[in-house]
Amino acid sequence: MILAGIIIWLVGAGLLAWLTSSRGDGWPRWITLIALIVQIAFLAGLWIGYAGRSDFTAPGRWLAELDLPWIPALGIRLHMAMDGISLLFVLLTDFLGVVAVAASWQGIRNRLGFFHFNLMWILAAIAGVFLALDLFLFYFFWELMLVPLYFIIGIWGHENRIYATLKFFIFTQASSLLMLAAILGLYFIHGRSTGVYTFDYSGLLGTPMTSVTEMLLMLGFFIAFAVKLPVIAVHTWLPDAHTEAPTAGSVILAGLVLKVGAYGMIRFLVPLFPRATASFSMIAMGLGVAGIIYAAVLAFSQTDLKRMIAYTSISHMGFVLLGIFAWNQLALEGAIVIILAHGISTGALFVIVGDIQGRAHTRDLDKMGGLWSIMPRMGGAGMLFALASLGLPGLGNFVGEFLVLLGAYQVNVPLTVLASLGFIVSTVYALWLVQKTFLGENSRGWKLPDYNLRESGIMAAMIAAIVALGIYPQPVLTTAKAAVEALRAYAPRYHAVLKDDAGSRESASPGKAGGGAQTVAAKAGSRDRIPAENRSTASGGS
Amino acid sequence: MSGADFVGILPLAILAAAAVLVILVLSVYRSHLLTCILTLLGLVAAAASLPVAASVGPRGVTILLISDGYALFYTGIILAATFSVTVLSYVFLRSRPGRREELYLLLLLAALGAAVLVFSSHFASLFLGLELLSSSLFVLIAYPRGILNVEAGIKYLILASVSTAFLLFGMSLVYAQLGTMEFARIATAGRGAGGAILIAGLGLLAVGLAFKLALVPFHMWAPDIYQGAPAPVTAFVASVSKVGAFGVLLRFFRLAGVQGHGHLFLVFTLIAIASMFGGNLLALLQGNVRRLLAYSSISHLGYLLVAFLASGALAVTAVTFYLLAYTATIVAAFGVAVLVEGNGAAGAIADYRGLFWRRPWIALVMAGALFSLAGIPLTAGFIGKFYLIGAGAGSSLWLLVLALVISSGIGVYYYLRLIVIMYLRPQQTAPEAASTHWSGSLILGALFLAILWLGVYPAPWIDMIQRNALLK
Repeated sequence: MILAGIIIWLVGAGLLAWLTSSRGDGWPRWITLIALIVQIAFLAGLWIGYAGRSDFTAPGRWLAELDLPWIPALGIRLHMAMDGISLLFVLLTDFLGVVAVAASWQGIRNRLGFFHFNLMWILAAIAGVFLALDLFLFYFFWELMLVPLYFIIGIWGHENRIYATLKFFIFTQASSLLMLAAILGLYFIHGRSTGVYTFDYSGLLGTPMTSVTEMLLMLGFFIAFAVKLPVIAVHTWLPDAHTEAPTAGSVILAGLVLKVGAYGMIRFLVPLFPRATASFSMIAMGLGVAGIIYAAVLAFSQTDLKRMIAYTSISHMGFVLLGIFAWNQLALEGAIVIILAHGISTGALFVIVGDIQGRAHTRDLDKMGGLWSIMPRMGGAGMLFALASLGLPGLGNFVGEFLVLLGAYQVNVPLTVLASLGFIVSTVYALWLVQKTFLGENSRGWKLPDYNLRESGIMAAMIAAIVALGIYPQPVLTTAKAAVEALRAYAPRYHAVLKDDAGSRESASPGKAGGGAQTVAAKAGSRDRIPAENRSTASGGS
Repeated sequence: MSGADFVGILPLAILAAAAVLVILVLSVYRSHLLTCILTLLGLVAAAASLPVAASVGPRGVTILLISDGYALFYTGIILAATFSVTVLSYVFLRSRPGRREELYLLLLLAALGAAVLVFSSHFASLFLGLELLSSSLFVLIAYPRGILNVEAGIKYLILASVSTAFLLFGMSLVYAQLGTMEFARIATAGRGAGGAILIAGLGLLAVGLAFKLALVPFHMWAPDIYQGAPAPVTAFVASVSKVGAFGVLLRFFRLAGVQGHGHLFLVFTLIAIASMFGGNLLALLQGNVRRLLAYSSISHLGYLLVAFLASGALAVTAVTFYLLAYTATIVAAFGVAVLVEGNGAAGAIADYRGLFWRRPWIALVMAGALFSLAGIPLTAGFIGKFYLIGAGAGSSLWLLVLALVISSGIGVYYYLRLIVIMYLRPQQTAPEAASTHWSGSLILGALFLAILWLGVYPAPWIDMIQRNALLK
């Protein structure tokens, strides 16, 4: 019941905020803020409690589970479960929720009740996505997330919001309906071959199907996740949506909505379709690397600050894609760390841009410069998060990207080398951002107030989080470890395809899941793996 | 006819008796409230007789009617929708002078016609039900006798007559080929029988019913009627008449085996795709709420055809559930129109602008209805659409599923746009207060809860449909 409670708590707080908004502006703000902080405290308590348990790092165990019948006629159950990954992501959700509420304290002035209602509604839906184990329930939350986000951008957004919401909506709606078709396809294929019609995750794992069917269904899921992530080529909605969204909307978009795509790939895409994703992995990793470099170059050429940060998001998500499709322990843990770190660092950058826009009423890079001299606290925070974005050791993003590269190196050296070029380009855009905004002469004569207590508080919390993640990521890695091992055990064939010769692939049975536990063992023979891998890709593609 | 036969068609008998009673009372004593209450009592009595009628089991009552779970379930939907429309009509007519009582009589007759349609197992009863429905509707649409109403009424009269002519011609061709007008015997005799005449007959039948359902390309009348008719009558046209016509369409073509006739299957596929895309794309262009909902209902009937073309028990459940969800939703949407629209142009967007600020609860119901039409989770429409896509995917109708998916993706956009309009700041000149009465709010509240119930916990309803309302 804990899991249902997490969602009901958020929805309830949102409703309460809406209903009390007529009493005064303080009510919705404080209600949502307190509700989120209480939930963070509760989840942190749970985390500490779980970490003390002896089976905390044993794979294949859910930390908490809820399984009730919902629509038995269709085999739909209210099945939610939490493992280490879900726990971390729900915590991130609540943390960024607090940031979004606090960052809107002064920026949002009208229709406060409805705004906070929508905010909590998104958080509840995203938490639901991270916890759902029934594919119908997953799709339910997935769709639920869209509407409040549409309202937040469409009602409180900037000048060009109608165009942005239209584009956002068409991309996400069309792609998620493709996923629905794929979910139903999987449902019927599983039902016909086993006689059991179910949407349950554990039931659908290992559904027997022909490789063509598997590939088609996999693509249905992949496109939906890729649009959210976003993968290069379906990313064009993101810069527009970010640019027009209010600060809270940008924080949620960058920090959470993109992560939902990554989470879907980790939890559902690869475990459900191990063979298809394996033969698709080189393309996906290639897309990831292309995204890293292409988006970083584009980020450098932007003059709108929000657009620029939006492109850096796409670039970072390329690393996540690379890590997920490398599908080994290191790369996956790295992807999870990037997801957390990017949520914090990019969220913080969007908050800073929002603050600049609130003060100076512009996001144009060319009109800025020398802001450090008048706003040293903001400058310092901006500098730190720009450095986090370029992957400075000691900050969270570095840990994640390093682990991903380490993991990807074992799978494909050339792509890893190309991906690491991303570090260079990201250094360029991050320093460029700091240079144009904060350093130099204050030639325009800006006179703006520095951060007040509230704003400094937000930044302090985010800085603490990103530094903690960078200096001591072990608790996060330990928490995710068991879940990652369990997921890798679900997709042993994937592992087999990447690791073994094409000849030995047939003998790899789902029972031999033990390979998942060997974390770094694969490091040894990375060199002689490359030809085997090329062969397997070729045979998968034919 | 035995006693059990009479019990089997008790709901129809009660509806007819209620209509007669209302006529008699009207000739003695004219009272708006009394007439309305009598009508409601008649509907409740008919609904209460549904379980009684179910107790005598599925049975053919003469060769004309069949009383089975399917007919009774659809009658239940028809009665519930008519009940809501009756209450809404009371709210609507309270603030309008003139002769008001006959509207209830016509509502009862139209509901009877729709119920006869879903009970029918023979061309004669199909025709009877359809004519009863259409001729009552024609007067209902023109009821307040404004110039626009009369225009809409005449438009409906002419087009309904044309479609009836198609239907009759189709029936006669089928009869000429097979020598029978009973559905069951047409099904057995028609199986394997090809021939241009039979195909043409079935095709003309389909055209006739497609007119009633306003499927593309027979949809031209819908936006004008939806806009021109008084709001409660529009709710009736959009719900009860669709349920009746789709009920008989499904029963007949399921028996006749639409899958067995390749040409017919192709025609229905094309109609479905055209309706889904036509409805949604044209709705995008509308600046009037009533017209928007009209095009939206065209597309929803197109969605229904996807499950209609699918095979198996899942398809019938999907159609029935979707009709249930759609009826609750569309009646709620037009119920809001009754309470919101002033005496100005019907469906003007100005009436809805800033509704959240003026009348938040009504706006909430409208938002719920629009979400349901868009198929957003937590509402009836989401489960319904999921069911339809499931039925299509289960029969591997991938082209139709794809069309449904893409067109409903387009559809979501205009529903959300309308919600954003309701959330804009109201203009300086607030529209004049439209009709209000507690009973109208009560009905809207009930419909809103029904939409949520169907969307959050549909299991009991699905269970009921699967136990009772499957076509054998």
